[in-house]
Amino acid sequence: MRDFVLKRVVALVLPFVTMLGLYVIFHGHLSPGGSFSGGIITGLSMIAFSLVFGLDRSQEKISERMMTLIESFGALWYGAMGLVGILRGTSFLMNKGAGIPLGEPGKLYSGGLILLITLGVGLKVASTMVTLFVSLMEEEEE
Amino acid sequence: MSNKIAIILLVCIGLVLLLAISELPLYGAPDNSAQNYVSERYIEGAVSDTGALNMVSAIVIDYRAYDTLIETTVLFTAVIAVFMVLKKAPDRKGEPK
Repeated sequence: MRDFVLKRVVALVLPFVTMLGLYVIFHGHLSPGGSFSGGIITGLSMIAFSLVFGLDRSQEKISERMMTLIESFGALWYGAMGLVGILRGTSFLMNKGAGIPLGEPGKLYSGGLILLITLGVGLKVASTMVTLFVSLMEEEEE
Repeated sequence: MSNKIAIILLVCIGLVLLLAISELPLYGAPDNSAQNYVSERYIEGAVSDTGALNMVSAIVIDYRAYDTLIETTVLFTAVIAVFMVLKKAPDRKGEPK
């Protein structure tokens, strides 16, 4: 499983896969895709890394504790973005009605809170996938 | 005997369900109850309301943001469930067993 060709190919392809995942997350409000699909692609790139190079080396890159922190941060970030609406005097998770600048449709900065929420949820989905995978993998190794 | 009762019951339930399906409106018919002012409002107002060109994102994260908020919590719950089953609790010295 851990032979030379596989390692080289994965090392070549992985940066592009991660890039594609981040692209899908960041362009969630412009093109098909969004937080869930982009997060899955980003998470799968990390899972492929730990499948090929081993769990220890992937834990050196990003520890499991870091992953759980990112995951909790993603959920809290969504709630915090919802509180912006309350602080501006309107209802929870309000976007346009709370006076948030929407930007020009079609540009990267547009859609107000949508971009920020997509970013948080994307990180959360990616870290969820990795956390689930790592805990199942650890159980198998023992 | 109980097999026969079960078969009769299943046929009855199936007939009722088929009757219900025959009453459904045609798929894509213009006077469907699904094509009402809600979908019109989404299609016409998504860009001006949210500034997002991707209408799916506009609906999922703006119009129905509550739904997505709880959806992310579902993932969180899944991870907690896996941790509860698989992770071993550290003993009193704080070291994993």
